[in-house]
Amino acid sequence: MRFLFDFFTALSRHLRTPALASIILAVSGISSPFAQAAPRIEQWTAPTGAKVHFVASRALPMIDIQVDFAAGSAFDPAEKSGVAGFTHAMLDAGAGDLDEQAISERAADLGLILGGSMDRDRASLSLRMLSSAQERDESVALAATVLTRPRFPAEILERERVRSLANLREALTKPAPLGVRAFTAAIYAGHPYGVNSDEKSISSITREDLVGFHTRYYSARNASIAIVGDLDRATAEKIAITLTRNLPAGGNVEALSVPSPLKEGQMMRVANPSAQSHIFVGQPGMSRDDPDYFPLLVGNHILGGGGFTSRLMKEVREKRGFAYDIHSYFEPRRVLGPFQIGLQTKGAQSTLALEVVRSTLTGFISEGPTEKELQAARDNMVNGFGLRLDSNAKILGFVSMIGFYGLSHDWLEHYPRAVSAVSREAVRDAFARRVHPDRLITVIAGGDGDKDEGGTGTTTQP
Amino acid sequence: MSSGFFLSPLRRSLWRLTFIACLPMALPAQANPFETTLDNGMKVVVREDRRAPSAVHMLWYRSGSMDEPMGVSGVAHVLEHMMFKGTRKVGPGEFNARIAALGGRDNAFTSRDYTAYFQQIPPAHLGTMMALEADRMKNLVLTNDAFSSEIEVVKEERRLRTDDRPRALVFEQLMATVFQAHPYRHPVIGWMTDLEAMTAEDARIWYRNWYAPNNAVLVVVGDVDHRAVFKLARQHYGTIKSAKLPMRRISNEPKQIGPRSVIVRAPAELAYLAMAWRVPSLQNPQTDRDAYALQMLGEILDGYDGARLNRRLVREQRIAVSAGASYSAISRGPGLFFLEGSPAPGQSIEALETALRAELQRIRDEGVSEAELNRVKNQALASRIYSRDSLMGQAMEIGQLESRGLSWRDEARLLAGLRAVTAEEVRSVARRYFDDTSLTVARLDPQPLPAVGTPTAPQQP
Repeated sequence: MRFLFDFFTALSRHLRTPALASIILAVSGISSPFAQAAPRIEQWTAPTGAKVHFVASRALPMIDIQVDFAAGSAFDPAEKSGVAGFTHAMLDAGAGDLDEQAISERAADLGLILGGSMDRDRASLSLRMLSSAQERDESVALAATVLTRPRFPAEILERERVRSLANLREALTKPAPLGVRAFTAAIYAGHPYGVNSDEKSISSITREDLVGFHTRYYSARNASIAIVGDLDRATAEKIAITLTRNLPAGGNVEALSVPSPLKEGQMMRVANPSAQSHIFVGQPGMSRDDPDYFPLLVGNHILGGGGFTSRLMKEVREKRGFAYDIHSYFEPRRVLGPFQIGLQTKGAQSTLALEVVRSTLTGFISEGPTEKELQAARDNMVNGFGLRLDSNAKILGFVSMIGFYGLSHDWLEHYPRAVSAVSREAVRDAFARRVHPDRLITVIAGGDGDKDEGGTGTTTQP
Repeated sequence: MSSGFFLSPLRRSLWRLTFIACLPMALPAQANPFETTLDNGMKVVVREDRRAPSAVHMLWYRSGSMDEPMGVSGVAHVLEHMMFKGTRKVGPGEFNARIAALGGRDNAFTSRDYTAYFQQIPPAHLGTMMALEADRMKNLVLTNDAFSSEIEVVKEERRLRTDDRPRALVFEQLMATVFQAHPYRHPVIGWMTDLEAMTAEDARIWYRNWYAPNNAVLVVVGDVDHRAVFKLARQHYGTIKSAKLPMRRISNEPKQIGPRSVIVRAPAELAYLAMAWRVPSLQNPQTDRDAYALQMLGEILDGYDGARLNRRLVREQRIAVSAGASYSAISRGPGLFFLEGSPAPGQSIEALETALRAELQRIRDEGVSEAELNRVKNQALASRIYSRDSLMGQAMEIGQLESRGLSWRDEARLLAGLRAVTAEEVRSVARRYFDDTSLTVARLDPQPLPAVGTPTAPQQP
């Protein structure tokens, strides 16, 4: 009952790509030194070794929990890209005494929403449950079974492999995933952040790989738990123990190396018969604990992160009508996550649009923001504090991020002060040191269906 | 209510859920929401939710793409874009800038049934929001230059959302085939040919016709006092004169007299199938029992990971890479029940269609179990509680009901209606509504990409 939502509901004036939305949630949460206090985060280490961050929020009879493991795709074994993803995706394909059907029926019976997400750094399991004691305890028990006793049935692995390969082949007919893969591989050549799963790696994955990955990475000391909702501290402590006490002891988890800076710029084209070219421009960006975090964050808000008010939006969309979606972001990761500018424009227009992007970026790097732009960005980020923390779901997003990356528990209080302290010179200086217009990767994927200037409305139907 | 309902192993918690749904004592405000109507006919609905210093201000116009005349499909959405281009008092781009400076975010969206504008802001600035939103209800400056630039943005949006997405093309063709008279046949984004022919004057006409207080509903949710909101609304919106709205000449769709089908050819790897049956939508929450039963049917087929379609077609038979069902009970226009899916490698689209039909037939023959029905009822109850976490979600729910001819007051009735559905009612709708005579099938016939465009790994230059 999900697929038609977008179709029936609405067209939105401003597209936020899923990637970008997560950045906005993860990055632009800001606490105000003047107006309201950030939610009170309690923090401890469970006897099992798992880190716990807890916020009591008693207004609604519900609880949100996220369990994060440093077990994202950056930890895939060499030549076996996809193991981390399959391990995560198959946690609920049978666990303990329950097969996959029993798990999904049990969750639905409890009103439990059992979800997950996966990125390069993290593998996450999320639970949204009712806070009444019976539903809560049974939901936590079910989640603990899934986390600690997954069966990884070989037969279901085969089924999921077939689906995964089919979806991969489908994705490789589309300009956006083709472009993202080329971009990622190019900015992170030789680094785990740059590896893409392909037919060969997916075909090579065995059940033993999943068991081995789970045993090594899904340990209590490699786990970070965030809990937000209608419960007290003592209950939260018990839940954290229940979720992690039967996890594997875990193996050695290697630290990720820092991606090398790009030595030279590169321009790549990926052929595809789409009407639009999907354009990606970028390089390795910043880490979660980056010393330049705030100047880059505030600067990017002005460049292309601030939605309708950003420079790229004004130049590319508002003045010229070149694109519907135009954005830039830094995605902070354990080590340098990507800096990316992205847009889509009809194929025949891609060179023109790219010129506007480049001159906007170069101008911003050489001159920095104006005082007015800087003030506007700080106002938005600081005054918007309460809005970015106005639901349990949003609070959970921040608390889990703080816990997983080991940020200071007063990070939310620190945020507005740090944003307010960013000066024009700090932005200019940070961008000049960190973003190199002569060493950017540019990928233009697709747009072959619109070669003739003025040939609008060209669809890709042969 | 079926007796099986009380036999649920979760009866204790269900009782508690019932209690919460009917008497939200755990929630901060009780007589919520609050409603008033201004003298000019504009309705105002306020839900107080004082958990955090945050508020959502949303203005809904009861006009969407279904109100568009022939030849200007997409104009409702184009005008929505133009609403950010400035008024006599507020310069181009300033609307967004002023909201951003307050810490807020804003956007807008258009559907077949309505057009809505929203801002999320610190509650202290609600008056400023109303001043800005009321201003652009009447004082929009719609220049030819701004239009000719923005229409290009909308065409890019169409390429992004539809032209380059084979499955979106399938749905566009499906709707255009299901509906021959009713305006649901036109895509919200508009046909590219209409966007190419559209002029600024088309947008101005749309604006003059529909942007009036008596065609609007204001929804405010958040850390506010409803009396203060009513007062601000009277001050800012109450001074705008009501207008005579055009007649809504919406063609009713004639009865379908035979199966229809359409094929889309586009570059893709996987085939795709979407089937749509004409079914009723919910117009009267008291009496339209079939709409509730159809909703439950949709949930039983596709409401959770282990629901019938995913379980049988994807997991057991492995005929499909994905399979789903969908039904939206509440809409201004006619209802449709969809089944869709993508065949697994080596499986034909015909085999998938047969398997999808077989699941309907099973329900016609065998009915559904009490356990299944209770499961999806539990989910509906839980999700109602979860929906209270998001201010935006609550405002959406109220606004959608109000702009589709129902009321926020129907919320409780809608939930009660769902909970009262019996297994026999589900079987009954499965028997009565899925005749081939009212069926339209759309298929994606995947086309190979040009040789150069089919890399198995990212191409290097």
